[in-house]
Amino acid sequence: MVATAMQTGVAQTTAIEISHMKVYYGEKLAVDDVSLPILKNKITAFIGPSGCGKSTVLRGLNRMNDLIPGARVEGEILYHGRNLYAPNVDPVEVRRRIGMVFQKPNPFPKSIYDNIAYGPRLLGVKSKAMLDEIVEMSLKQAAIWDEVKNDFRTKSGLALSGGQQQRMCIARTIAVEPDVILMDEPCSALDPIATQKIEELMRELVANFTIVIVTHNMQQATRVSDYTAFYSIRKQETEVGKENRWGVLAEYAPTQQLFERPAKQETADYISGRFG
Amino acid sequence: MTAQVQQVQTKTGRLTAYKQDAADQININRRARPFDDFIRALLLLAGIVSILTTIGIVIVLGNETLLFIQQLTPEGEPAVTIGEFLATTEWQPVGYKFGIWPLLEATLMTSFVAILVALPLGLGAAIYLSEYATRQVRDTLKPILEILAGIPTVVYGYFAVTFMTPLLQAIGGDAVQFYNTLSAGLVMGIMILPTIASMSEDALSAVPRLLREASYGMGATKFETISKVILPAALSGILAALIVGISRAVGETMIVALAAGAGPNFTLPPNFLVGAETITGHIARISGGDLSYNSIDYNSLFSLGLALFVFTLLLNMLSRYISNRFREAYQ
Ligand SMILES: Nc1ncnc2c1ncn2[C@@H]1O[C@H](COP(=O)(O)OP(=O)(O)OP(=O)(O)O)[C@@H](O)[C@H]1O
Ligand SMILES: [Mg+2]
Repeated sequence: MVATAMQTGVAQTTAIEISHMKVYYGEKLAVDDVSLPILKNKITAFIGPSGCGKSTVLRGLNRMNDLIPGARVEGEILYHGRNLYAPNVDPVEVRRRIGMVFQKPNPFPKSIYDNIAYGPRLLGVKSKAMLDEIVEMSLKQAAIWDEVKNDFRTKSGLALSGGQQQRMCIARTIAVEPDVILMDEPCSALDPIATQKIEELMRELVANFTIVIVTHNMQQATRVSDYTAFYSIRKQETEVGKENRWGVLAEYAPTQQLFERPAKQETADYISGRFG
Repeated sequence: MTAQVQQVQTKTGRLTAYKQDAADQININRRARPFDDFIRALLLLAGIVSILTTIGIVIVLGNETLLFIQQLTPEGEPAVTIGEFLATTEWQPVGYKFGIWPLLEATLMTSFVAILVALPLGLGAAIYLSEYATRQVRDTLKPILEILAGIPTVVYGYFAVTFMTPLLQAIGGDAVQFYNTLSAGLVMGIMILPTIASMSEDALSAVPRLLREASYGMGATKFETISKVILPAALSGILAALIVGISRAVGETMIVALAAGAGPNFTLPPNFLVGAETITGHIARISGGDLSYNSIDYNSLFSLGLALFVFTLLLNMLSRYISNRFREAYQ
């Protein structure tokens, strides 16, 4: 099933086209010259060693880096033909269409209901019936409905377990029906059962959404993703004892191909655990 | 297998003596930790001292108030009843009139004006500093705010008399008396503004970044994020700032003594443009003169002190209730 479209040569629609993306934190180059497509209704996995810039690229896709003082993005990130970093693009509108699930679950200290209704309310949904419906649908889609259906109106989002919180955060994100969902290590704080639930959930969601996931778990990348981007670190000695490090995209391919027949030695080393 | 490897790595035996283990036996018996015990005792002592002091103050206030209630007029009548104290509007110790309302009203009026100035401006400044200002601006302004909070109140008192009152008179003309509660209240507001701003800013900055990102990540604007996520999460800290502000206003003495007036004056409806004496102003003025121990005037001051104490206590309880009821605890 993985990468079949590619193999059969069916044309793919691109949701986001990343082209020559560079990210700086202040003066420091963090990611250099990343280009790859994020294909529509596919799951793209970002893998690579810690500090290689996976989160940086991911957050660049919905302008979350704007919130970090000094962070700067160069290059083009095309979304529906528009460069997300063009001056007349509103980051708020971008984030309403490209949603994000964070590494650590971050529920609002509000009821589960109010957590899920937060986004729709921002969009101006006032009808109680409609909000009720969105909340129930989203909780069902995120496979957490059965666990909270009795008390989701009153129970605080913080009173859930870590895995439940994360699924609630996913429900919160899909409640605004984004085009694209960015997930930064969504399972890193979860046990295998919760992880499996979220992986199944992603496979279901991808019928309607485009997903990008950062993961440190190779098995997870092979299990859920259709395409994989492997990032790696480049170093350069500036003066004696000092060096610059920045991340680059080393290889991008259909997941099965990247893991079975990696084109580069460093990819092969990393996925077989021989890295560093 | 990994356990074995670890064992080999750590079992050099080098730290065995430090752990007080024998070569062949570990020693995990409970040990005496005198330093820990000492610190604990010291902290306990600090706690007890502060509680005892408070209890002592309440006992003194209560005791003197009791004596006050028991005082008789030269004719042998009770000089004052609790009912008169709490429900009448004339404070004339010479004529045995001890109704707290003229003093309480002045206290409420000056505090009200002060909060009206300090809360919106202070909270606004706090939101600006924590959410909008760049790092440099924040790092410059915050210490300045904190310095402002440390200016002695007598300085503010003279500021009221020499600047605020003439200004008000220039605006309002003859209606504004030289001593008036508005001037004192406005300057008191300026005085507590930095405290409210600084404490609220602390509360706002303490809201975790993750929570802000959750909101921005949903496509919320800055204002939506502030009003729907950050302010509710910081509510208890902001309320604490407000309570500290009100308590300082209610207890403030120098500004009102200098600018509000030196005689009890009950006005209905409240007139902010004429002089009136607050509870603290009255206590300061009377106790400054020669006052004989256990006279009725002397005792009456303690009843006023007790009233102030109860007032701030109620305020604290109210804020605690509001905070528990409405705040959104983020951890
Ligand atoms: N807010 C920031 N300010 C300055 N530098 C940052 C910031 N965030 C990340 N960096 C730097 O950018 C580089 C890439 O970081 P990033 O978080 O994107 O890595 P990552 O691949 O997600 O790593 P991990 O797998 O550990 O999450 C690192 O060198 C990091 O130090
Ligand atoms: Mg990361």
